[in-house]
Amino acid sequence: MTASADGVAVVGVGIHPFGRHPGVSGLDMAAIAARAALRDAGLGWRDVEFAAGGSDAGGNADTTVSVLGLTGVPFINVRNGCATGGSALATAHAMLASGAAETALVVGFDKHPPGAFDPRPEDWGLDPWYGETGLMLTTQFFAMKIQRYMAEHGISASTLAKVASKAFSNGARNPNAWRRRPLSEDEVLGSKMVSHPLTQYMFCSPGEGAVALVLATGRRARALARTPVWLRSVAFRTRRFGSFEVFSPSIPLESAPSPTSEAAAAAFGQAGIGPEDVDVAQLQDTESGAEVMHLAETGLCQDGEQEALVQDGATRLDGRLPVNTDGGCLANGEPIGASGLRQVHEVVLQLRGDAGERQIAGPARVGFTQVYGAPGVSACAVLSR
Amino acid sequence: MPADARTVGDGLIAGAPDAPELVGSRCRHCGVVAFPRQGSCAACTSDDVEERRLGRRGTLWTWTVQCFAPKSPPYAGAADGFEPYGVGYVELPGEVRVEARLTEADPARLRIGMPMELVLVPAPGSDGALTYAFAPAEDR
Repeated sequence: MTASADGVAVVGVGIHPFGRHPGVSGLDMAAIAARAALRDAGLGWRDVEFAAGGSDAGGNADTTVSVLGLTGVPFINVRNGCATGGSALATAHAMLASGAAETALVVGFDKHPPGAFDPRPEDWGLDPWYGETGLMLTTQFFAMKIQRYMAEHGISASTLAKVASKAFSNGARNPNAWRRRPLSEDEVLGSKMVSHPLTQYMFCSPGEGAVALVLATGRRARALARTPVWLRSVAFRTRRFGSFEVFSPSIPLESAPSPTSEAAAAAFGQAGIGPEDVDVAQLQDTESGAEVMHLAETGLCQDGEQEALVQDGATRLDGRLPVNTDGGCLANGEPIGASGLRQVHEVVLQLRGDAGERQIAGPARVGFTQVYGAPGVSACAVLSR
Repeated sequence: MPADARTVGDGLIAGAPDAPELVGSRCRHCGVVAFPRQGSCAACTSDDVEERRLGRRGTLWTWTVQCFAPKSPPYAGAADGFEPYGVGYVELPGEVRVEARLTEADPARLRIGMPMELVLVPAPGSDGALTYAFAPAEDR
């Protein structure tokens, strides 16, 4: 979907800190983030003409109206795995671009118990044996995908560790992050092996948190006090035949571009902006290997170039392409419904120059976000000042 | 398959216990093979598919070692006494890449491209059922 001639902007952002928050429900966090985003925009809840949001395990997003106020606003609940936030953003963007509304609230939140996710085979079109025999783990899939990728494209274990070490270093500078203790490359490599070649500190953990964004049409955005950050495009895609995806008892011999490749190409195409123009990127890094592979799938580099990029520090805060400047999923954990919007929240702060201790060193004119989830859905967005 | 050799799944595994075969499907329209058996073709969307017993030998396409006990449910095994197990995708030439447990869990003895063969192994849990796995073919 392309933006209307008038454009669509992010005019407000709000976040509830990520981590563990006993006694605070997912819906409470969502309402706190929503109020913060409205305050940031200088708008009231009554000014919002459309809302979309979701969580995977934290409750129904539209229930937040009972806290925010019953204004009759049309509110669509989204539940699209790890791409929930991106899908909600795409929905709101489309409503504004079509002229159906002038302002929108997008909210994503979640609250997961500790430990790895425990999906039910029947929810994914699989028979019970698949889970019973120990094949149904996202961690296994990510390990096997990066294992193959490392062999094909010359990526080292040191690079996987550097990705995680960078995430924790960035997280230490982010007051809303969960994991705020820096970890060295050696500490990451030396942590407990989870699924070869990925160690414990190369994985993110399911967690809690909430993010809200206020969007407005260009006309409304220009009338507000704050300088808007333009949401130039949002695109999302599901998997094609031949894409290597999680929860696949078999994969075909022929390969196809991933949903991330297709969503990224569509988002860049619609924005009229290329990967070479990106100043700061937030990529789904549920584990270190995902950030490495997503760098190439999004077109930000070629397959195999990540080894030199990461080893040379290009993806650090002071590098030429800072990636996951807020610490990503690795340092923030993964509240499924909130992750995609956290990425947009971070890009908005970076483009405004409001990212504090983690503000990137170089110019910040164009930002990019990519969120990916089971069983093969990806949403990408391009933002600019 | 003798009556006493119960296997996991429904129509998932066929053949003799010492020469098991996985039951997949093949699209009559475009020839694409899938496992387990599908009612339609994910490649061309045709529903004209036939059952196909897959080849028993292939090469290791990628692998990992599952080092922690998966959550139960869905895992049928117990956390107590958990032993790491190998998991991989084995490429069956001209057919499909199948995800499976591996009989080898030592990362030093697993490498992409190594020949593998289908075997039956005890399934996790204690009810005596068998499941499929791939074993390094050099050992056999």
